[in-house]
Amino acid sequence: MLEVTNTEKYHTHITSKKKWFELNLKEVWQYRDLIVLFTKRTFALRYKQTILGPIWLFLNPFLTSVMYTVVFGNIAKIDTNGIPHILFYLASTAIWAFFADSINRNAQTFTSNANVFGKVYFPRLTVPISNILSAAIQFCIQMLMVGIFLAYYVMQGMVSPNWLYFLLIPLCLLHLGIMGMGFGIIISSLTTKYRDLGILVSFGVQLWMYGTPIVYPLSEIGDGLLKTIIMINPATMPIELFRYAVLGQGTVIPEYLVLSWIITIVVVVLGIMIFNRVEKTFMDTV
Amino acid sequence: MSENNRQIAIKLSGVKKMYKLGQIGGGTLQGDLQSWWARIRGKEDPNTKIGQNQRLVGQTFMALNGIDLTVYQGEALGIIGANGAGKSTMLKLLSKVTAPTDGEIDIYGRVASMLEVGTGFNGEMTGRENIYMNGAILGMTKAEIDAKMEDIIEFSEVREFIDTPVKRYSSGMYVKLAFSVAAHLDSEIMIMDEVLAVGDMAFQKKCLTKMREVASKEGRTVLYVSHNMNTIRQLCDRCIVLDKGKIIFDGDVEKAISRYTGEINQLCTHYEYTANYHKDRRSSDRFVIKELTFLSVSQPKYAVGEKIVISFSCCVLRAFLDVKFRFETKYEDGTIVGTMVTNKSEDFPANTTKSISISIDTTYLTTGIFSVDLIAFQYDNFGNESYLDGVYPGFSFEIIEDANNTSNLVWNHRYWGHIHLPDVVIVEDS
Repeated sequence: MLEVTNTEKYHTHITSKKKWFELNLKEVWQYRDLIVLFTKRTFALRYKQTILGPIWLFLNPFLTSVMYTVVFGNIAKIDTNGIPHILFYLASTAIWAFFADSINRNAQTFTSNANVFGKVYFPRLTVPISNILSAAIQFCIQMLMVGIFLAYYVMQGMVSPNWLYFLLIPLCLLHLGIMGMGFGIIISSLTTKYRDLGILVSFGVQLWMYGTPIVYPLSEIGDGLLKTIIMINPATMPIELFRYAVLGQGTVIPEYLVLSWIITIVVVVLGIMIFNRVEKTFMDTV
Repeated sequence: MSENNRQIAIKLSGVKKMYKLGQIGGGTLQGDLQSWWARIRGKEDPNTKIGQNQRLVGQTFMALNGIDLTVYQGEALGIIGANGAGKSTMLKLLSKVTAPTDGEIDIYGRVASMLEVGTGFNGEMTGRENIYMNGAILGMTKAEIDAKMEDIIEFSEVREFIDTPVKRYSSGMYVKLAFSVAAHLDSEIMIMDEVLAVGDMAFQKKCLTKMREVASKEGRTVLYVSHNMNTIRQLCDRCIVLDKGKIIFDGDVEKAISRYTGEINQLCTHYEYTANYHKDRRSSDRFVIKELTFLSVSQPKYAVGEKIVISFSCCVLRAFLDVKFRFETKYEDGTIVGTMVTNKSEDFPANTTKSISISIDTTYLTTGIFSVDLIAFQYDNFGNESYLDGVYPGFSFEIIEDANNTSNLVWNHRYWGHIHLPDVVIVEDS
């Protein structure tokens, strides 16, 4: 009798008709172990056959932050509201790296996995989700480093974080993660047809960083069109909120935060719609 | 076997799959934007071929053209057909890798598909890590994999290397490991595309046994695509033949195979040798092999040991003396098996058409389809061979297993060749 229940339980109906929005989360949940394995693999493989191994996880963002400190802090003399430059840039690069990773990695979902996707079916959404997870883990690792510097500067009395707002950090991550995934899967769905986008995306993300208060605080921008544009930028508010929590300095305007959430949801819904359409037949066009 | 009370495992109705030929979508956003912009302004699409309404890329190809098929639970279904007949496309649709253009598919049960061995294997990871990865991709949970881990390692025969990165594996080990994972999946339906064409003989046999077990004992449904008719014979109890995206035969395995091999090798009992056969025409048209007929059979199919009786005729313009015939025999895959020569020579008077009857002994042939090039030649006064005529291929016939054969020897053509030499005699000690 077990056979009968199983066959009924796993009945699949395939048709040529496409649904516009189909979020089969139940199926994704069945494949949760795959998500975990994908995430593990990302880390396991990245530093294989390197001498420093996992130390790169720290070294990379640290060197970036040092570079930013020298270029933007010491040479360009950007004011960070009294926050020590190195701490400001460590925190900023941590959160931005999370967001940029979410976009960059997801942008290659279809093209870099074409090999596997073409041979076996599993819910394609597992790949973007595991990408977000590994970006989040990377973020946590970087936050350890931020924590060390933060502890030092708090003891020196140079920084006073809003501890209560730390509870909002997961929300910031969720916000940026969903947004990044949304943009990422839109790009990846379109790259199956237009490879140009894949080339553009890393440049675009870099450009986006300069349009987001990462190497400078939002408060440094004088009122005007530029500030409005930067505030409409959906990545700005969650990042300012994050810095408000960690560094005690940041400009959070609730209206713009809500706007950012609206954009995020629109993007992710649109993304899943396009993803749904593409995942069925992308093997024929990739 | 009443089909009404059997559980349906897979049902396809009117399934079609269309592919576009040529460069898909033009490849660039620019091209598409150009076309779109032209359409908006009501101008001619710059990417259109002159005189055509469709985009240059608009040619299509029906890989599957209306497939209706019902597979019942516990069936082992073989799928055969020439390259491009749509076999792999069908499996791709069933394993949800791509969606059909038209039609509906119902699948009752979980599908484990092996369209390729070792999908998702990563060279940097160890055998064990890859088992987890591969299993998860195929839809197992970690707990399920843990429970089966021992069986998988045992079956794969690579226990010593299980914690070594698979990039250091030999290709055989790689394949063994990958097959083991797929064979141990908890699924109701197994889809396999020619995966057994790898690994050594012993392992191939083991795989077949395992798959048969899966189908007959555990009641799982197996869909198997192969060009190797022997594995189809051993594994399947039903077989379909695909041709140009359509099912042209559905039913008994032997019948399906003969339908398919007949299709490619044109097994017929009568040949008239038109100019196409005489491609290697060196002598003038004075000696021509005209036609050939298999005698006293309805199909050129013979059991091992049976005599093949053939009559063929040659037309000559001048007289030829001491003509002999050579039968260069090839196996169905084109490998040369050996050559037979007529035991005595024939004389041909001028301006005659003469029929010659021959008998071929098949005692030492193995099962399969053989095609024979028939060549006429003679020796001149100095003992040099001179070529008179040849037909390529002259004729084909199939050798099947002798029904009385009691030995359980399954001939392995790939490694043993196509000739079963006389038995080795064990001399009794006196």
